[in-house]
Amino acid sequence: MIAFLIFWPLLAGLILLVTRFDRAKELALAASLAELAVSIFIAFQFDKDAGNQFSLTLSWISSLGINFSVALDGISLLLVLLTTGLIPFIILSSFGQPTRPSGFYGLILIMQMALIGVFVARDGFLFYLFWEMALIPIYFICLLWGGEGRARITLKFFIYTLAGSLLMLAALVYVYLQTPAPHSFDIEALYTAGGSLTGAEQSLVFWGLFLAFAIKMPIFPFHTWQPDTYAVAPVQGTMLLSAIMLKMGIFGLIRWLLPMVPLGITQWGPTAILLSVIGIVYASFIAVVQKDFKRLIAYSSIAHVGLISAGVLTLSKIGIQGAMIQMVSHGIIVFSLFYVVEIIFDRTKSRALTELGGIRNVAPALSSVFLFILLGSVALPLTSGFVGEFLLINSLVKYQLALGAVAGITIILGAVYMLRAFQKSMSGESTPKTSVFHDLTLQEKVVLYPMVLLVILIGIYPGPIMDISNVATDNILKVLSDFYASTQ
Amino acid sequence: MNALYVVCGLAFVSLVAEIANYKKVLGAAIILGLLIAVGLAASDWDTPLHYFNDMVVFDHFSIAFTALILFISVFWFWMSGDYFRRQSHQTDRSALILFAITGAVIMVSFNNMAMLFLGIEILSISMYVLAGSNKESLLSNEAAFKYFIMGSFATGFLLMGIALVYGATGTFHLSQITSYISIHSGELPAFFYAGVLLLLVGMAFKISAVPFHFWAPDVYDGSPVTITAFMSTIVKIAAVAAFFRIFSGCFSSVKAAWSIVLTVMTLLTLVIPNITAACQSSVKRMLAYSSVGHIGYILLAFIANTESSAGTIYYYLASYAVASITAFAVLHEVEKSNPANVSFSGLFKRSPMLAVMMTLALLSLAGIPPLAGFFGKYLVFSLALQNGYGSLVIVGIITSLIGVYYYFRVVSDMYLKEATNSPIELNASIQIMFCLLVILILAAGIFPDVVISILASA
Repeated sequence: MIAFLIFWPLLAGLILLVTRFDRAKELALAASLAELAVSIFIAFQFDKDAGNQFSLTLSWISSLGINFSVALDGISLLLVLLTTGLIPFIILSSFGQPTRPSGFYGLILIMQMALIGVFVARDGFLFYLFWEMALIPIYFICLLWGGEGRARITLKFFIYTLAGSLLMLAALVYVYLQTPAPHSFDIEALYTAGGSLTGAEQSLVFWGLFLAFAIKMPIFPFHTWQPDTYAVAPVQGTMLLSAIMLKMGIFGLIRWLLPMVPLGITQWGPTAILLSVIGIVYASFIAVVQKDFKRLIAYSSIAHVGLISAGVLTLSKIGIQGAMIQMVSHGIIVFSLFYVVEIIFDRTKSRALTELGGIRNVAPALSSVFLFILLGSVALPLTSGFVGEFLLINSLVKYQLALGAVAGITIILGAVYMLRAFQKSMSGESTPKTSVFHDLTLQEKVVLYPMVLLVILIGIYPGPIMDISNVATDNILKVLSDFYASTQ
Repeated sequence: MNALYVVCGLAFVSLVAEIANYKKVLGAAIILGLLIAVGLAASDWDTPLHYFNDMVVFDHFSIAFTALILFISVFWFWMSGDYFRRQSHQTDRSALILFAITGAVIMVSFNNMAMLFLGIEILSISMYVLAGSNKESLLSNEAAFKYFIMGSFATGFLLMGIALVYGATGTFHLSQITSYISIHSGELPAFFYAGVLLLLVGMAFKISAVPFHFWAPDVYDGSPVTITAFMSTIVKIAAVAAFFRIFSGCFSSVKAAWSIVLTVMTLLTLVIPNITAACQSSVKRMLAYSSVGHIGYILLAFIANTESSAGTIYYYLASYAVASITAFAVLHEVEKSNPANVSFSGLFKRSPMLAVMMTLALLSLAGIPPLAGFFGKYLVFSLALQNGYGSLVIVGIITSLIGVYYYFRVVSDMYLKEATNSPIELNASIQIMFCLLVILILAAGIFPDVVISILASA
């Protein structure tokens, strides 16, 4: 089952890459829908009261203690569902045909393989391998189908993130070398070995891992690659990066950082939280004055991710549970927002907020969809955004009141910049660019309506998501509490 | 040993091909012969055989490296058939190459300093001639001359080193030198250490470690592409193996005398060529500098664990050689299509296959998983971390990132820039070769255990 989840998109993607189908989009869509069906089937088989399920371990590079070891727990399952759920819509969201469609959709499917691999890996080396393999397709998607200045910007993005991942690899190898000989990359062995390190060593490992995750998310001040890359990438690339790929960073924090270096966390966690909170405020202020619609959403994404990371680092259950809900919700919302921007760009050839306006008069359906998504983004009660942000801010307030209060302000700032974007684009007088504007097509409705529905559904009834990740969250925190108990 | 006979025989067969008039089948015959030689080398496995009064030994180490050299040679002949056909003196050239391979095989299997010297000279003299084999080109002549002067200079160091070590220990045999050192440790004369250092310098010239690398970029750049490919794969493998054999097998017990020098050389070899490569605009020159840079990673593994780094170095060299020969094969095809204007801009539009091959080769050289080059770097870094060379690993990581920068610049040029030349047609044989190379690059990266285990215990 789980092997199918990983290898099916790889196979389909490779077939698309080496062949040249004119109907590549339909084929890729079919492949990703099959993947979605299997993942939903797995979700129904999933026992929410148990830890790891569907485990699969194959001996791989035995001389180095590396196994192909994968399994699903609640945290993995949610992110796998997010991936398999969004990819069909990302494929569906493209207008017309990109040049060389076969290659484009093939790379998206290979990307899906790597993303799922990251979320299910139970072996440090395998995790790194998938982590890096996710970078190659997205690099080529941005390079080959991106906009102005892509060669320089994508290279910066690639080297920046690669630098982070190499540090992560060095940190993982460092811990791996502490496991009893013959060494092993198994996640449990790495937890034990990481915990046995001295405080100073754990701090080093903490920074090696944290930098990789912080660059991926990104967290202030490691975010400088992000706005340019989001702006230059084709919209499907931006969606992959923001809706799914940045979750790799948060997932890494929860699964690989927290339980591996408990002492490192107690020493450096506050610094990391502080950076996250600074990032929230900083990105929000930039978003408020941003004129480019796509960049505005890029900065809003930095703000949201900062809050998630701060919540996770409080080491509290509500923080991690809030992060899980917010990851799913943010994925759905940011995907929809970028799609709305792309629809507007498709009609007007403009992303500048100053050139837009009055779209509500000519495209009521688009306008209402945008409003719903936007309300989710600003965390209005009864939307998915509210549940997550509430839990996250709650965890921060319990951790430290002042930080919680500062983070709480972002909700207001978020409302400011999102409502400003709505006002500038949707209301007011029509501009020359927006006077001729046709409303949502059937294909766009098929993509956006389910997203609106999900935003509301999760907002009203977040229970199932909390249930799925409940046991997995407890297990992560148990590793930590056991460690702290044993050292006292 | 039988492999050595076969290669030698092939060289003579190709020498007389002009007279006996079977030039047309020569290329196929050589490839077939080399494949047989690979098989013969493999059949010697686990039978440690000593020949000529212990002058050469075919232990696991030398068989593995012999097989690698012959295997890469097969691909080399495959990709460069055109180099022989296009110009005159086909038979002389292939004979010279085969003699060079003979020298390379001796360099990985010697057990006696005299044999080392013979191997190096057989290899080098052939290469001096071949570097200048593009007679009309000024650069090619310069390359040959420079290579010859610098090579002879290095040989002088080497010979002096061998002489001094002989003076101190009274023998040329590696095993006897080793035992002499261990018995007389502490009472070795000062000129013995001078000899070891002279040998280090001589070998550093041959593997082109900084600061003895200055000949390499000009020679690589000036020689015909196929010869550059040969120098940066087969010659490099042989030189590194010879280096390993002397310094790991023979002088590891006096590591204190040379380890600081070699550490500094490692650091320089990591940093300088990679930075210089980033400043090059010609792909051939960039590849030349990057091939010097890769020596840095090999030296890092060697300095970190002199005794048991054979498996790591072997894997690194194998992955590097396969990726390198792929890159040079692409370069050769590109140059062939338009010798006046060798440009990678828009290569994807001219020949998608070449562009994809070059991309894979460069990704592997840059060390991007899941390709073979990544695993090579991984093994090197983890070996160095294990032995407390964390700071050099950080340097290595940074230079790898610089590597990504200059490799990926070529990649983005191939896809983004407009094509300036006409499309390139590939013949079927070259296409098959590229498919095999892709499979090798991927398979070695996904199943590294197969290659690592060959020399794991050596």
